[in-house]
Amino acid sequence: MKLIQQRLRTFITDNFLFGQDGAELLGDDSLIEKGVIDSTGVLQLISFLEREFNIKVEDEEVAPQNLDSIDCLTAFVQRKHAITGAAIARENQRCASPVAVIAGVEEQ
Amino acid sequence: MCGMCGILNLDNRAVDRDLLGRMLGTIRHRGPDECGLYVTEKAGLGHARLSIIDLSGGRQPMHNEDRSVSLTFNGEVFNYIELREDLIRKGRRFATSSDTEVILRLYEEEGEECVQRLNGQWAFAIWDKKEDKLFLSRDRLGVRPLFYASTGQRFLFASEIKAILAHPAVSRQLDLSALDQIFTFWHTLPPHTAFKGILELPPGHSLKVKGGNVKVWSYWRLDLSRTGTSPYDVLGREQEYADRLGGLLIDSTRIRLRADVPVGAYLSGGLDSSLITAIVKKFTNNPLKTFSVAFHDSEFDESRYQKQMVSHLDTDHHEIRCSYDDVGRVFPDVVWHAEKPLLRTAPAPMYLLSKLVRDSGFKVVLTGEGSDEILGGYDIFKEAKIRSFWGVRPDSKLRPLLLRRLYPYMQDIQSQSEAYLKMFFRVGPQDLSSPLFSHLPRWEMTAKLKLFFSDAVKSELQDPTPYAELEDQLPAAYRAWDSFARAQYLEAAYLLPGYILSSQGDRVAMAHAVEGRFPFLDYRVVEFASTLPPSLKMRGLNEKHLLKRFASSLLPESVIRRPKQPYRAPEVKSFFDCDKGAFRHDYVDELLSPDRVREYGVFNPAAVQMLVAKVRRLQATSVRDGMAIVGILSTQLLIHQFIKNFQIRTDHEADSTEVAYVHHG
Repeated sequence: MKLIQQRLRTFITDNFLFGQDGAELLGDDSLIEKGVIDSTGVLQLISFLEREFNIKVEDEEVAPQNLDSIDCLTAFVQRKHAITGAAIARENQRCASPVAVIAGVEEQ
Repeated sequence: MCGMCGILNLDNRAVDRDLLGRMLGTIRHRGPDECGLYVTEKAGLGHARLSIIDLSGGRQPMHNEDRSVSLTFNGEVFNYIELREDLIRKGRRFATSSDTEVILRLYEEEGEECVQRLNGQWAFAIWDKKEDKLFLSRDRLGVRPLFYASTGQRFLFASEIKAILAHPAVSRQLDLSALDQIFTFWHTLPPHTAFKGILELPPGHSLKVKGGNVKVWSYWRLDLSRTGTSPYDVLGREQEYADRLGGLLIDSTRIRLRADVPVGAYLSGGLDSSLITAIVKKFTNNPLKTFSVAFHDSEFDESRYQKQMVSHLDTDHHEIRCSYDDVGRVFPDVVWHAEKPLLRTAPAPMYLLSKLVRDSGFKVVLTGEGSDEILGGYDIFKEAKIRSFWGVRPDSKLRPLLLRRLYPYMQDIQSQSEAYLKMFFRVGPQDLSSPLFSHLPRWEMTAKLKLFFSDAVKSELQDPTPYAELEDQLPAAYRAWDSFARAQYLEAAYLLPGYILSSQGDRVAMAHAVEGRFPFLDYRVVEFASTLPPSLKMRGLNEKHLLKRFASSLLPESVIRRPKQPYRAPEVKSFFDCDKGAFRHDYVDELLSPDRVREYGVFNPAAVQMLVAKVRRLQATSVRDGMAIVGILSTQLLIHQFIKNFQIRTDHEADSTEVAYVHHG
């Protein structure tokens, strides 16, 4: 979990705060209310999540309760991984190869 | 239209004629036709002329018979014919048929109050020898620029800041608090400029220097107190109001065609410039030549609508088609002329357009600016209207659905979920009671760019926002005004002169000696519009309702009904070739390099590097990142050209300057 949070924080600090004041951003601060991201920023954030964490963000998941703070984002990525992990686990049970399951869970 | 400058030595020392000539040389682009200096013992006036009215007789500086009153003037007085007749009836004699002489005689007749009678766009200075007084005035809405500085025993003034900076007694330093204002409001708050110690005479103000004292006062102010008081007064009388507005616009356009040279028109493809062009075509005999900006990038291009109007009105049309490369190439010159940091590149195509006008043999163009401010056209009014409607019922399920109607041309906004839209346009608990409600989202987003300031600049700027200074300047009755009127005032009294008419108007047009004329900014139109209730400006969410009603008899339905598109130009892609991740121009690489950013001291080199690394390869950049690149680069260019290499740049400008005649008092 620490690792996910760290990667999220680094991305947000570098891309939206350009290395400035990142330490002052609390885990539950609203990224929009604090003016950290704007409308394009939301789209950039989604591409980052999909690329970095290898998840697919569905349209209905693009909502502030999932994406508007570092804490929300961390929990969201974890949930997605859990689902993906479970899916992979089901897949693996059929294929009898545990490697992918471990890769999916390690992040957490 | 012209350039002017002057020196008043308060210690009675003789004015240095060569120095006055050097000051004038820096603004010679404003008036390439003639050039004159007038030097008495302690006062000197300079004038670079663009000859438009009375080509042979309107030489300046101009004097009365006994040379006790001398005038240098930039601009036009459109009602000069009527004023002249009136003065002749009162026994005044005229030596020329120029509008310049009308100001001179009117001043002799009525003194400082003469400005109340002028309908026009002006900045002028009068040296009144008998009164031992220098009198300066600027037009009501700030079409023409006028700057001044007091340094010890000298008072200096000029049409552009660079002429004042050319005086060796003036130090060239950025004003950090002005920078703070620009990175909030997009302009400085008058009377500040980007340079320490140099002030602008605000629109609608006069100034005099007498007995060593400088006095500045307002002679006119936009008054929106009648707006919104009487929506029922206009019920059933809408056509009558549309006719009155139309009558005023036709007359204001008619008198703006007064010139002894041909007058052209800018055609953006939007309602306002199309309407002005249509008025010229239908109500005057002026042979019409129109000029437009088109873009290679379809996101910014409006040429489809421009072509519609050209074929509808059958004008002789010329256009420039801007590439990313063009915008970036001329941007250093644009900053040189704008004399302040910019957050948008939109002035650059206007700079290219004025060159086309000039190369086509034209000196004067009519343009549609001012309509959105005075008749309620801007998206920011719509945004404020929806936000306040929702803000008073924050739990409403239906009201926030209107947010979807905002910014239809912005894909990033349109692709957001409802929950996100509500967050972007949220109304904070304190917001509704703020007198600045309409503009807080724009300003707060812009102010985020301050995170790029260097630590030294951040620690210098302790005050979190420059709002207090703005609030202190607002009219006493402002807080009691209707919310629509308040939003209009912030646009018309601040952004209009501070950016639209200056950086995107006078400065980029006069860079190629082209004079813009603005029928919507005739004070009679402005004063009439300021009595209209908001329902005649924005009806529901339909902007410029009354104007459209008038325009429906003159323009094709498709132009009236077309979705409004704000005039913008490409930002990041003008400076970076994002396909290759490369800098398009050497100066961009140079001025954004960590060494140069550190040397100039305003921005944090590491933050700028991260921004550059982010945007140079991105195909889509956020509005804020685009503004950051433009703001940082223009500030670096300003420092580069005005603080570090001023001599080199002014020598280059002055190469062609020759003073044609000098008068001695």
